[in-house]
Amino acid sequence: MNERDQKHSPPQRKKRVALFVTCLADLFRPSVAFASIKLLEQAGCEVTVPLRQTCCGQPAYNSGNYEEAVLQAQEVIQLLGGADYVVVPSGSCAGMISHHYPAMLEGEWREQALELAAKTFELTVFLKDIARIRPQRKKSPPKLPAVVYHDGCAGLRELNIKSQPRDLLRELSGIEVSELQQSEVCCGFGGTFCAKMPEISGKMVDDKLKDALATGAKILAGGDLGCLLNIAGRAERLGEDIDVRHVAELLCHDLDSPAIGKGR
Amino acid sequence: MEQHSDTFLDNASKALGNTAQAARRDVIAAFAPLIRSAAIDGFADFDTLRQHVKRVRQHSLDHLEYYLGQFEHEAVHNGNHVHFARDGDELNSLVLDICQQHDAKRVAKGKSMVTEETGLNSFLQRAGLSVMETDLGEYIIQQAGETPSHIVAPALHKSAGEIRELFQARHDLGSRELPETVDLVSEARQVLREHFLKAEVGIIGANALIAENGYSMLVTNEGNGDLCANLPRVLIVCTTIDRVLPLAQDATAMLRLLVRSATGQSQTCYTSFYSGPRRESDVDGPIETHFVLLDNKRSDILASDYREMLECIRCGACLNHCPIYSAVGGHAYGWVYPGPMGSILTPLLTSLEQSHALPNACTSCGRCAEVCPADIPLPDLLRDLRHEENSKKLSAPRWRLGLKLHGWLTRHPPLYHALTSIVIPVLHRFGRKRGNFSHLPLAGGWTSQRNFPAPQGKTFMQQYKAQQKRIEERKHER
Repeated sequence: MNERDQKHSPPQRKKRVALFVTCLADLFRPSVAFASIKLLEQAGCEVTVPLRQTCCGQPAYNSGNYEEAVLQAQEVIQLLGGADYVVVPSGSCAGMISHHYPAMLEGEWREQALELAAKTFELTVFLKDIARIRPQRKKSPPKLPAVVYHDGCAGLRELNIKSQPRDLLRELSGIEVSELQQSEVCCGFGGTFCAKMPEISGKMVDDKLKDALATGAKILAGGDLGCLLNIAGRAERLGEDIDVRHVAELLCHDLDSPAIGKGR
Repeated sequence: MEQHSDTFLDNASKALGNTAQAARRDVIAAFAPLIRSAAIDGFADFDTLRQHVKRVRQHSLDHLEYYLGQFEHEAVHNGNHVHFARDGDELNSLVLDICQQHDAKRVAKGKSMVTEETGLNSFLQRAGLSVMETDLGEYIIQQAGETPSHIVAPALHKSAGEIRELFQARHDLGSRELPETVDLVSEARQVLREHFLKAEVGIIGANALIAENGYSMLVTNEGNGDLCANLPRVLIVCTTIDRVLPLAQDATAMLRLLVRSATGQSQTCYTSFYSGPRRESDVDGPIETHFVLLDNKRSDILASDYREMLECIRCGACLNHCPIYSAVGGHAYGWVYPGPMGSILTPLLTSLEQSHALPNACTSCGRCAEVCPADIPLPDLLRDLRHEENSKKLSAPRWRLGLKLHGWLTRHPPLYHALTSIVIPVLHRFGRKRGNFSHLPLAGGWTSQRNFPAPQGKTFMQQYKAQQKRIEERKHER
């Protein structure tokens, strides 16, 4: 459809999006959720935030408490089932809903899980591939420093997220993205893994941090708060000078709030 | 082999403390994926072949009894003796019996993880036999009194310098200094030649058993398997029942996946098929040949939810791509098979009770499953083992309780939000100046390695609800 046709066709109903905030954004980084709402609205969506949401159930599921995880999944399915789209600012939580819910449920619940899976998207995938967000006209993006991008493993391998955040950073924010040498290696977060096997996790996040620092970028961006809290926490421990931020904040040009783990 | 999987965390800690070895592992971890992907990118359609071989493997396992029967029939027809061993002890005894029937004193062995699993070497040595490992890596660790740290490259943990010191201590070198790696290799070659010639029995493993013709297939890069198989009077092939494939072409199809995934080669230097004893017209070869086929819980695995694990072709790609294996090395896993495949096989072949730390040595990053040429969902199987660990209450009670409580709270949103809207702002207030905590109660695992980022302020839900309320009020005012 060209621009002319678009003008004359009746206004399309806005895409109704339910935002699944994720527990980490809710508790540690509300700016990620606010940025997500802003971006979704900028992309022409009508955003609602179902108020009874908490956690997708990954901690229980990954720790092998399937019984608990099933109950949590059922809660989430009931909560989000009515939306046109569900958008999640985290690859691992989106992967949990779209990949693991159908795998762990049976019968009627599985049918519902598959329905939910089909309309659940990670934020950058939704913005880039579904809502096709465009840069705001009139407003030229501020000159933002270069970033190095960290791919969360679940997003990368379960949802094939790779180009979307990079494209958006370039198109919406004019940000140059540099790459890690070992961009496909886990940062060592792994949910409860980082607390159950801290020494191994510490070695892994150290490697990730060194890799990031070697790029010379002053900001490390990513789409998963778990990874970002891990990397930021290690950077603070070692006193390394790098800002860790969620990609949604950068896409909103929100650099006012301190980076993750930084004080005022 | 003696097992130390229950002390995985301590083993790992020790391994991380050996900085020289850890640094070497880092180099290998960066290098190994590159040579694999180069080999696979250069291959026309790896994924189609992977799916084809998977179907063949599934079919073989679905009809395991049939194909084992066919293999046995064909192998016996070729003049072999075929034995089945229920467990490691049975395999060891069968092999010892064969050695004793031939008054053998010296055994030359090719690389075999199966005989590591059964502890064959020490069993034969206790019975007075001399056993010489002839794969270079296996030879090195045998001389050092160590165990394999990798299923394909058993001496991966050793530097050239360490191997030189080892040879200096163990070999009569005179004034020779073995300055280069090539000198080390030729030194080992000279020593091993003698053993090949003196041994009365050769023992090798197998990468596949071919049902249609009763042959076994073995790949090596050193040719030591062929020398073990052809020079001694008696050959014993030790492998497990799950190696059987219907057709020779299935074995070669599997090979195309195996070698590229293992070493990044398109072919190993030697690919050998062993048919049976020397025939009248043959100028060399063993006069008697045996197959000892081990079950050791494979039948149980076949009947369990973990049967896909039997499709493993032992390439080691999951080890090479696992960040945890790279961090701690193979010995930390405390038994024969390390890395992702080992963290599944060890609990299944020994017991979950003594190895339940291993399935937890996983961040579910999925890199192993991505590269697995057998397309085994390794992270899913590891998580299933954690489920079993949880159900059997083997995990730490505080973790089980904590997660249960967390789960329960998340299913009671008003309570969850009420609680978090108290705790989070308090944490924020204490942490806002620095932005993080270096210590925090109940987060010792986290803060032992990194600071704990402080919450940004009130929870999102608090802020969002307040915002919505303001919008509502404004509407009313109008």
